[in-house]
This record gives sequence, structure tokens and C-alpha cells, in this order.
Amino acid sequence: MDKLTVSVSPHIHYKINTSRIMLDVLIALIPAFITSVIVFGARAAVVTCVCVISCILCEWGFEKITKRENTIGDYSACITGVLLAFNLPVTIPIWQAVFGSAVAIILVKQLFGGLGKNFANPAITARIVMFLAFSVSMTNWYSPYESTSLWVYPIDGVAGATPLALMNSGNTDSLPSIMQMFLGVRGGSLGETGNLALLIGGIYLMIRKVITWHAPVSFIVVVFGLSALIGQDPVYHLFAGGLFLGAIFMATDYVTTPYTNFGRLIFGIGAGLLTVLFRVYSSYPEGVSFAILLMNILTPYINRFTETRPLGRVK
Amino acid sequence: MRRSRGISPPYNKNTASSTVLRLPIPAQVHIPMKMHSGKPAIPVVKVGEDVKLGQLIGEMGGYVSSPIHASVSGCVQSINDRDPVTGQKAVSITIASDGLNTLCPNIKRPNVRTLQEFYDAVRDSGAVGLGGAGYPAAPKLAIKNLEELDYMLINGAECEPYVTSDTNTMVADAKHVYVGVKLLMEFMMPKKVCICIEDNKTKAIQIMQETFAYDSNVEVCVLPTLYPQGERKVLVQNITGRIVPEGARLADVGVNVTNVTTVAVFARYIATGLPLIKKVVTVDGPAVKSPSNVLAPIGTPIRELFDICGGFVDEMPKIVLMGGPMMGYAQPSLDVPVVKTTNCLIACTDSSSLRKKVTACIKCGRCLSVCPMRLMPPGIETSYRTKNYEALKRLRVNMCVECGCCAYVCPAQRHLVQVIRLAKERLWLEGK
Repeated sequence: MDKLTVSVSPHIHYKINTSRIMLDVLIALIPAFITSVIVFGARAAVVTCVCVISCILCEWGFEKITKRENTIGDYSACITGVLLAFNLPVTIPIWQAVFGSAVAIILVKQLFGGLGKNFANPAITARIVMFLAFSVSMTNWYSPYESTSLWVYPIDGVAGATPLALMNSGNTDSLPSIMQMFLGVRGGSLGETGNLALLIGGIYLMIRKVITWHAPVSFIVVVFGLSALIGQDPVYHLFAGGLFLGAIFMATDYVTTPYTNFGRLIFGIGAGLLTVLFRVYSSYPEGVSFAILLMNILTPYINRFTETRPLGRVK
Repeated sequence: MRRSRGISPPYNKNTASSTVLRLPIPAQVHIPMKMHSGKPAIPVVKVGEDVKLGQLIGEMGGYVSSPIHASVSGCVQSINDRDPVTGQKAVSITIASDGLNTLCPNIKRPNVRTLQEFYDAVRDSGAVGLGGAGYPAAPKLAIKNLEELDYMLINGAECEPYVTSDTNTMVADAKHVYVGVKLLMEFMMPKKVCICIEDNKTKAIQIMQETFAYDSNVEVCVLPTLYPQGERKVLVQNITGRIVPEGARLADVGVNVTNVTTVAVFARYIATGLPLIKKVVTVDGPAVKSPSNVLAPIGTPIRELFDICGGFVDEMPKIVLMGGPMMGYAQPSLDVPVVKTTNCLIACTDSSSLRKKVTACIKCGRCLSVCPMRLMPPGIETSYRTKNYEALKRLRVNMCVECGCCAYVCPAQRHLVQVIRLAKERLWLEGK
């Protein structure tokens, strides 16, 4: 008897799957990871590994308990772990990093239904939760190379500040140079400082067609333009905070950002506006994560608003 | 002009320059009465009756219908209510061949002097849209406002991977394409005729350019190779820059699109009196030993076409498609017959790629960026699952041409075309 498979068209598929996309994102994060280890030392690698492992364990454990299908193979938990670690200061106590990972995976992602269902970026939301819960250790900026005479760095040692915090307090004399900031030799979260490395990752993702230019470019351009407009130093706004990390890796997260290109543009512009607003007018020095979270919430509405116009649609 | 969207699958046009194998007269043919869209044909022969090659065996069941002719000479063995292969309710006629292929004495050239006689001839030829849709050619060509017909597009794009039967028509049957185009120009008087071919079919382009070298009204339009270039609305957009409004016919924007093989079919009928009883079918796919184009009588079991191509690499293929890999239909058995719209048969040794695990939609938007109709498959999918029929209407699920680009690029392997078909059906049932 003939045994033929009967399936619905199309009968061929492009060689792509979710894991491959996520793997590309992980690859794109490698330069920034290397930069963080160079700038902040081995503890950066430890924090990253802790976050990744606890994210994977949380995902595995939650899915085991709720008898859901195991999805750690799609690498999305790995990415959440890396991105969360990149948002933490290198001095963060390990247990707090584990707590943050649990918040990201269980609270923000799995309780909403897992990959594809969460409305907010897990890493960003976990960072904000940690920021509010552990405000001391979350702002304990370790200043790289403070003891090396080769790298004269004006920020105080352990209790130093990020360039944005310095700008916020009006202490502009002790800011690092633009080149230092571009390369990542400054205080800050462990993955956000390496702007060059993040840029390389972003270009890789665009070449691999994993992300489109719309959200990151509009995000960065708006921050640059608006900060110049209101009389701030736009270059510092570009390199001094978590803008590149947010614009390239968070504002392009598929699940929590719009899926139309026009929507992505709106997302980037909105996030850029909010970032400058928070940075300049709020009591917090940094605004990227709040901006992205707020735009995450607006994403379903942006999607609805930017619905495509079918070819030849008649109203 | 905005360029249409689409995908570039591996084209695998392996049979583009193959010679056409002639199938020996099959022992039995099995001819369905519905090989076109519209009303099925009604059998006009009885069981036990002798039929000759080209004899009318099914008359039109309505205005949008097509006559059906015997593809072998022999004896009507049975008239079935149900399809013997699929078990579906469909009338079909089984003819046992006498192996002689005696030509029906009624076959003679039709008189074509007026537009009406031309339409009648197109109708009697049994021509239907051979690009795959199977819409009867006569009602399609019968445009009310002929003076507004600006473009007559002859569709030889053939964007589906593997398929080369239209290429074969253009290369090997250029004479009838020429006759058909001349007839269309004479009676329908379009302002311009475009032969539309994708740029990967250099031989067909060259021959068509040579054939129409002295016709200033006929242009061979070379299109970029991009699936679904041959989709009629996409073709109209890419050639003329006109966009067909939702629910409108192509004639409303002054365009007509006819498949190139369809043109050759009615041209042959007008030139020789021979209706559509044979079809060049591309037989290809990883499971086929020596892929080739095969000239097969309509109603031949597809098994015989594979046999003449050297059979299968393995004993039995895992999946057999009728039509291209993007829009073709998987067949349940090798006993299904070749029908008028069959342009390709594909056999694959491996069906594992079709059984990939479906994962969650990650909202990457790849489907949106390839949809030629600019629809939103994720929104449609969600609306279908949540039974939000208003949203399905708003998202214009009915405008989907089911080209399959969205499902092709989906990293989560979601069955988007299937969901869209279900959604269309659901909307139709709701509207009833």
C-alpha cells in the first residue's frame, strides 16, 4: 500500500528556525561580552555565567513543574541571562543576580505563557525590579582600572558613578573622554559600556537579517538629536549610558517590539524621546530601560496602529 | 512603483532544457468532470459507449465551466459518483483504452471570424487557466469593456520551483503561442501585449523575442526572478504599475492575464481542431531518477509518468506533489490522474522537513515582510484562534492568494497558509 505524506502547502521551507535566530543574537553579544571582561575583569564573566545558568534553570524548572514543553533549546533563556547580566554592575552580589534571573524568566516570561507571549522585555523588567529592590548594590559602580596608573580615571573607586550620573549631578569635569566611552572604559553596567562592541554586534545582526535598522537607528538618532536640541552634549548621551545596548539588543527583541517596520520606527522614536526625558528631567540618571519598558507596553497598540494596508484594499 | 514582495526559494529548474518524453497510450484513463473552477462538467456519454480521441465526453455545467474531451479512444468503463482514489464526491469518467487512439471524426477546425466565434472556439477548446487556478479561459477572456483593455499579459513567469512546462510551451510550441497571441490581438484588440517571463528563463526569453521580433505591439517583459512573480495581481502590479482593487476583476483596471500554455491550447484548437486532451507535465524532485518533461494524456495515473522517468530512487517516495512545491497539493496515492491544470509532479524521498516542530510565534515579522498582498499573517492567526471574525475581515484574510511565502520564511514553522484557509472558510460559513 502506498504510504504518502499528505501535508498542506507550502511543501518547502526556508532553512531557518527560532534557535538559529537566537544563536545569532548570542553571537552578536560576544564582542560586548569580551569587552566587559577586559574592562571589568573576570567577575564580569562570573556574573554573566550566573545569570545565564540561573535563567536556563528557571526556565527548565518552571516548565518541568507546569508540565510545559521544555524550551531551553531555543536559547531565548540564554539571551535573557546575558542581557540581564549586561544590565548589572559588575559588583552585584551573586544571589541578587540569581534573584533577577528568576524574576526575568518566571515572573516576566513564563507566567505570561513563555516565549512569544510576554509583553515586556524580561531582562529590562528584571533590571528595573532589581534597581528598585537593591538600589544600593545596583548603583555600586565599580570603576575600571582605578588602581592602574596607565589609565588615569577620575571617578572615585568603588563608589564611583557612571558618566550619566556625573552629568546628572553637574559634575562634568570628571567625565571620561569620548574615546574612552566609545571603547567602554568607564563606569557602568557591565555590558553597556562597550559601545564599539555592541555596534559590531548590531551590524552582524543586520547583515544576518535578524534585525532591521528601524528601531535602533531611530532610537539613537532621536536621543542624539533631542539631547542636542535641549542643550545637552549629544555625544555623551550617545555613549555614556545604556543606549547602544538598549537600542541594538532590547529595542529589537521580536516579542516585545512591533512587527511592522513602521511600528519599529515609532518604537525607536518613542523610546528615544522617553530616554532623553527620563535622563534629563527625572531623578534617575539613566532612562533607557524605563523608556523601553514603556514602549513595550505600547507595542500592541503600535502594532494595531501600523497594520499594513493590503494591496488594493477598499475601505 | 513599489516593488512587489516575495521570496527566492531554490528554483531547481532541472528540466528546463529536457526533451519531452511521450507517454505510451495508457490502458485506462480516469477523467474527473471538475478540472477547473466553477461548475463541474456533465457527462454526455454512457457506460459501455465507444469514444474516440478528442470526443466531447463532458459538456459545460454552466457559464463558468469547461467542456471535457476523451484523451484516448476506447470504451467508457464506468461513470463514478465518487473519486475512486480520494473517495470524495466528484463525478468522473473512466475510459478503457483500445490502444488505437482513433481520432474523433467530428474534429475539424472551427470557423473563427468574429469575436463571438473566437470566444466560442476558446470555450470549445476546453482551455482553462493552466497556471494552476483552472479558471475557464472563455469567461475570463469575455471582457465587457474591450475598448478599455490596455494590457494583455501572457503569463510565462512560471515562478514555482521545479516547474518548466510553461517554459517548454514557449520554447517548443512557440508557433502556437504566436498564433494565439495574434488571435487575441485580432479579436480583443488590446493596446499592448506583454509576454511576461522571469529572467532565469533565458532560452524562453530568447525564443519569444525572436518569435515576436516584428510585432511592435508585443513586448517580451523580463521580470526579476522572485516568487510569486506569476501571481496575477503581482504580475499586473509589476508590469503595469496598476493595483487591482480588492474584489475587482483585472478587467476593471484594463488588464487581462492569460497563461501562456492556455494561449497555446486554444490556438492549437483553432488551428487544428484538437481540444485540450494532453498536457506537458514536469516530472521532477529528489526521488525521481531522471527528471524530465512528459507529454501525458489527461486522466493518466501519475504513476505512469514517474515510470517513464525511470521510476523512483527508492522504492517509494515519501511525498508526491501535484503542482509546484509552494502551492501544489500533496497526493494521497500514485493512482490519481493527470488533470488539465497539472503542470508538475514532484516526488521527494524525505518528508521530515514538513514535520518540523511548530514553535511559538516570536513576532519577528518575517511573514509581513514577504507577503505580496501585504497582509498580516500573525494578526490573522491570532484572530482566527480567538474567533474574532471582525478582525479577520479587517485584516482582509480573503485577499490572501495562498502563495505560501509567509509559511516559507516562518522560523517557528507555523502553518500559516493552513490557518488562513481555515479562516477563509470560517468567514464564509459565518456569512452564510
